[in-house]
Amino acid sequence: MERADTERTIRVLVAKAGLDGHDRGAKVVARALRDAGMEVIYTGIRQTPAMIAEAAVQEDVDAVGLSLLSGAHMHIFPEVLRLLREKGGDDILLTGGGCIGDEDMAALAALGVGRLFGPGASTREIVAYIRAEVASRRAPT
Amino acid sequence: MLGTDLDRIIAAFTAGDRRAASRLISVVENGGAEAEAVLEALYPALNGAPRLGVTGPPGVGKSTLVDALVRGERRAGRRVGVVAVDPTSPFTGGAVLGDRVRMGDLTLDSGVFIRSMATRGRLGGLARATKEVADVLEAFGHDVLVIETVGVGQTEMDIATAADTVVVVLSPESGDAIQAMKAGLMEVADILVVNKADRPGADQLVRTLEADLAMRPAAVWRPPVLATIASQGEGIADLAAAVGRHHQSLQRSGDLATRRLERARGEIMAILRDRLWQRARGQLAADVSAWSERVVAGRATPYAAARALLAAFLESVEDKA
Repeated sequence: MERADTERTIRVLVAKAGLDGHDRGAKVVARALRDAGMEVIYTGIRQTPAMIAEAAVQEDVDAVGLSLLSGAHMHIFPEVLRLLREKGGDDILLTGGGCIGDEDMAALAALGVGRLFGPGASTREIVAYIRAEVASRRAPT
Repeated sequence: MLGTDLDRIIAAFTAGDRRAASRLISVVENGGAEAEAVLEALYPALNGAPRLGVTGPPGVGKSTLVDALVRGERRAGRRVGVVAVDPTSPFTGGAVLGDRVRMGDLTLDSGVFIRSMATRGRLGGLARATKEVADVLEAFGHDVLVIETVGVGQTEMDIATAADTVVVVLSPESGDAIQAMKAGLMEVADILVVNKADRPGADQLVRTLEADLAMRPAAVWRPPVLATIASQGEGIADLAAAVGRHHQSLQRSGDLATRRLERARGEIMAILRDRLWQRARGQLAADVSAWSERVVAGRATPYAAARALLAAFLESVEDKA
């Protein structure tokens, strides 16, 4: 049956950027999004910005969730955002989490990166944010 | 999405835009009138590219094997479209699609397009629209299509009609499951692969499978049993060669045409079944309830009820025609 655009299953790419292999956080978020009824494309660890952006395009996701613990967030988030835009994915929400200071968060938000979640964030908060943000982006303007 | 918007995306697709290809896959996956319009626009571009199905129980290394096979195809200069299917949770409707984890290095190859799909309630090992997603990738100019099913057990056989060549992958750990599979998975195999062949029990499994195949009646194509270690690329060249031989055999014997006719037939029948059922169900719902009471009261059998309902339905269809 045909469904309204706003009811389509939300697809999210979850990736672990950077060189460390600590993917527990990414896996917990992936499960939480799945349990919230979303389709999660999990790409695993050591993903470069180019791999993340290209996979997001091939999978036609609504959002990309990046887990980043290595401290390279001021490089990786802007780079993923730039590549997404270059590949025609400007409508894809880029969000994520990790150990990111308030100042950096503000700077990334100014570039167009979505909300970023710190170590204390609950998965419920993340689910609610992605749902609301995707719905507003899908709504006809 | 507006019609003009869709036309614009189709034009970009035809010009080779990957984002457009990805969008059209979503349209087809989500079904409905737009999906039909997309398929109608793309069907003339289908080139008859070989379709390889890779199936087998969970954890035998299907994704790693697909990764290795695709690398081989790329070395031969062929462009490859991959559709990888994982199960949707029946409880939440969500899914974790993890096949890309084993195919990471293919992501940046512009001659490869990988799409993950969730089954969304379908039980046969594929999603409802997997074949159509493969159509979009074929129309995009891929020379070979690879379809990876969910980890299957005994009854998920949709791949048999979706692919030209079916590779059934097992590992030494799946030994005990083989007995149970003889009446299903094993029968759809054109090629059998024992992956993780460096693990104990691999040789024994190869022999068991070969003995089983030897008891089958003679046929144009006898499925070979191959040993691979996909994570190290071992045995992959032999597997690719076997896939090639199978395709040639299909072409020579005329079975390729037969299989594709069978596939088209199955698709048309499935669409007819869905549409007829939807129409009949909507129209007959109230009458079915009335007949149910008669059946419970012992005044009619379910068959008599169905006969009367079907007759009434067909009459109403004729009146409209």
